[in-house]
Amino acid sequence: MKQAAVPEALEGESFALEAREGWLSWVASVDHKQLGILYLLGAFFFFIVGGVLALLMRVQLAVPDNRFVTPEIYNQLFTMHGTTMVFLVLVPLLVGFATYMVPLMIGARDMAFPRLNALSFWVQIMGGVMLYFSFATGAINGGAPDMGWFSYAPLSEKAFSFTPGVDYWVVSLLAIGVGTLGAAINIIATVICLRAPGMSIRRLPLFVWMTFITAWMMVLVMPILNAALLMLLIDRQLNAHFFRPDTGGSALLWQHVFWAFGHPEVYIMILPAFGIISEVVPVFSGKPIYGYDFVAASTLAIAFLSLAVWAHHMFAVGLGHTFDMFFAICSMAIAVPTGVKIFNWTATMYQGRLRLTTSMLFALGFLVMFTIGGLSGVAFAVVPIDWQVTDSYFVVAHIHFVLFGGTVFALFSGVYYWFPKISGRMLSERWGKWHFWLTLVGFNLTFMIQHVLGMLGMPRRVFTYPALPGWEAMNMLSTIGAFLLAFSVLIFIINLAISLHAGETAGDNPWDAWTLEWATTSPPPMENFAHGVPPVQGRRPLWDLAHPNRTDAILMKLAR
Amino acid sequence: MLAMPGPYSANAFTLAPASPQAAAISRLFVGTLIFLGLILVLVTFLVIYAIIRYRDRPGVPEARQNFGSRKLETIWTVLPILSLIVLTALTASTMRTGDPATAVDDPDLRIVAHQWWWEIHYPKSGVIASNEIHIPVGRSLSVELRSADVIHDFWAPQLARKIDIVPGHPNYLRLEADHPGTYLGVCSEFCGTEHAWMRFQVIAQPPDRFAEWLRAQEAAPPAPTSPEAIQGAQIFADRTCANCHAVASTVATGTIGPDLTHIASRRMLAAGALENTPANLVMWLHNPEEFKPGSHMPNLHLSKSDLNALVAYLETLK
Repeated sequence: MKQAAVPEALEGESFALEAREGWLSWVASVDHKQLGILYLLGAFFFFIVGGVLALLMRVQLAVPDNRFVTPEIYNQLFTMHGTTMVFLVLVPLLVGFATYMVPLMIGARDMAFPRLNALSFWVQIMGGVMLYFSFATGAINGGAPDMGWFSYAPLSEKAFSFTPGVDYWVVSLLAIGVGTLGAAINIIATVICLRAPGMSIRRLPLFVWMTFITAWMMVLVMPILNAALLMLLIDRQLNAHFFRPDTGGSALLWQHVFWAFGHPEVYIMILPAFGIISEVVPVFSGKPIYGYDFVAASTLAIAFLSLAVWAHHMFAVGLGHTFDMFFAICSMAIAVPTGVKIFNWTATMYQGRLRLTTSMLFALGFLVMFTIGGLSGVAFAVVPIDWQVTDSYFVVAHIHFVLFGGTVFALFSGVYYWFPKISGRMLSERWGKWHFWLTLVGFNLTFMIQHVLGMLGMPRRVFTYPALPGWEAMNMLSTIGAFLLAFSVLIFIINLAISLHAGETAGDNPWDAWTLEWATTSPPPMENFAHGVPPVQGRRPLWDLAHPNRTDAILMKLAR
Repeated sequence: MLAMPGPYSANAFTLAPASPQAAAISRLFVGTLIFLGLILVLVTFLVIYAIIRYRDRPGVPEARQNFGSRKLETIWTVLPILSLIVLTALTASTMRTGDPATAVDDPDLRIVAHQWWWEIHYPKSGVIASNEIHIPVGRSLSVELRSADVIHDFWAPQLARKIDIVPGHPNYLRLEADHPGTYLGVCSEFCGTEHAWMRFQVIAQPPDRFAEWLRAQEAAPPAPTSPEAIQGAQIFADRTCANCHAVASTVATGTIGPDLTHIASRRMLAAGALENTPANLVMWLHNPEEFKPGSHMPNLHLSKSDLNALVAYLETLK
């Protein structure tokens, strides 16, 4: 019944779409698959840009007292690197996968609001263009924002950042925030309204479930960011006093509001990644996910708790022990549902038959790398440890183990997993394995060592440093690792380019996977399922179809 | 050729504590790292074992289609909760020993953080130092931290927790060292262009040596005697130096930049960017931008002879 609404909504669009050819068919598209690809390509472009910024930083830090860039430029580099990777890379990549995959995985023909889908994407991209335009104002106006991606007041106020970099940052993030909000509402509506008959909420593929929860989180927290941004803009442009302590405002108010958005944002960047892992690990283990209910419920627990941990970014602020303790307990508590996930993914592999494809290798890499990031996260919940190493290179290591070792590894896993569906061709496994191992080695060389640097007292966000014992060698190693990591991305690009033209033909279901996206052709036709959606009677519709005598329903009954 | 600070004998290693507070934090740090390390080893082992044991190859049976186990779920939910309760208890107790500070009205030390240097007040004796904190060994000093502009952070890893210095929100700290030595510190909250060169040193001395230092700092510096130094003092007063810097018992009473009453007794220039030698001081005054680009210290375009005279004067400010 729910399906009936879609064709009506799309009838008018379909005609218009088919009439367009070439690049116009992309720019004017409201098709979720084209928009999903645009999201992924746009975000990958910014991934390269953000990566180049990071390489410039690592060149500057390779040796002590380096004069490669000025402090002004360096501060722009790390501000833009952080802002880019969070707002223009990780979130759009995950939204891109969601835009492409969610309708397919729930057996829908498109997103609930195709036009909103296009609007969200283009607003987000224009936000990115506006952010980078700030570099072009350099000669006259001081260039890109340079106050850090967290934009702490009063440093971000006019008195201390009088160039318009901060204003570009504010306005482009407002645009990106609006785009993200639109995408989130669209995902929610799609999952609620457009599921194929039989696909109850408890039968949702875990990627869809986690994306769904993430979308709710976006709806909850993006407005907080936008409110904070507006207050900052009013301070800067209309001379208000929200965050200006010299005129009665509060510097700490900004931190509260920013992190009330900022920490849930970290989970927005990791939950869909969890979703990818929850698809990939079972398929390549040849088994259903272990403890579906627990993996699904722990997502809710994480989402809920993530709203009450923001001030663990503020343990050094001096808000009192009682205050710190509350947020420490919540932050520790969030490790429990996260641990539940790790253990369930691991248990999924037991008694399975593991196919170590590149996608699976990245998922396994994720398991261990994310565990390191998660555990160092627990260390930061131990307040006195935070009192030592927050704002040091230990944190730089921690966030990169979460967002690179976690999210980016999961994203690569997802790319190798879904590329055949999106393009109709397989990515090369040979290039893929080179890509994986170089990424793993380069990543660890770059970031593992930064834990030690932080413990040795190196603060983050410094454009240079004195040659203290050990700092020199470790920074050099970290820089070498960063270039190795960049080289691995180059291998990935080569793999993409080669496979897109000469890759093996994928067929509908190259991995013997079980979710609905594998029931249609690769790439799927306009409106996704030319021959109708297969019946959904469990969590693995294609398994049920292939094993009529051993459907999930029968197997679950036997297991009890 | 650039004159660079160092070589450094002192360090800033968080696990080499030199005060009771830092020691408590360090113990918890090490213990937590071991505990978390064990969990990492466990997970890594489970993953690698699964890879070896269940890797797809001839002879490996078809995957068993099982869906989970309530018992296991309970175990890996409850065990982490229990261990986190223990960790929380240790956290709470270490917070008390590691950060015993309370707000005080008459601190032993008042530290005012500026973009990009440290102003150190000893309110009880009126001494003002900068970027160099002298403390007597074995005495716990109460410290009040204030910011003159943006948010900074006081971090001397071997001695105390780090604490933000927030404008409009004074913070307090206890500072103490077990044995004499130099302990490195740095601003650890991004505070603008020259955040990197906002370093400081804590110099812990035996009480009698500290008292000696304090007495020397209390005294006004002797009036310059050599002709060159007298000329230098004149330059200091005539050029804009005196607008920003103070030298006790002279016309210079500026408070924008560091108090220079005893600049010649200090080890570093420009909050750690340069070692304090006469040659480096000449280079610094010749072109501050070269050593600390973005700092508020202007280039006064002094002639070579003026530079030498000025430095000759500054070197008398012991």
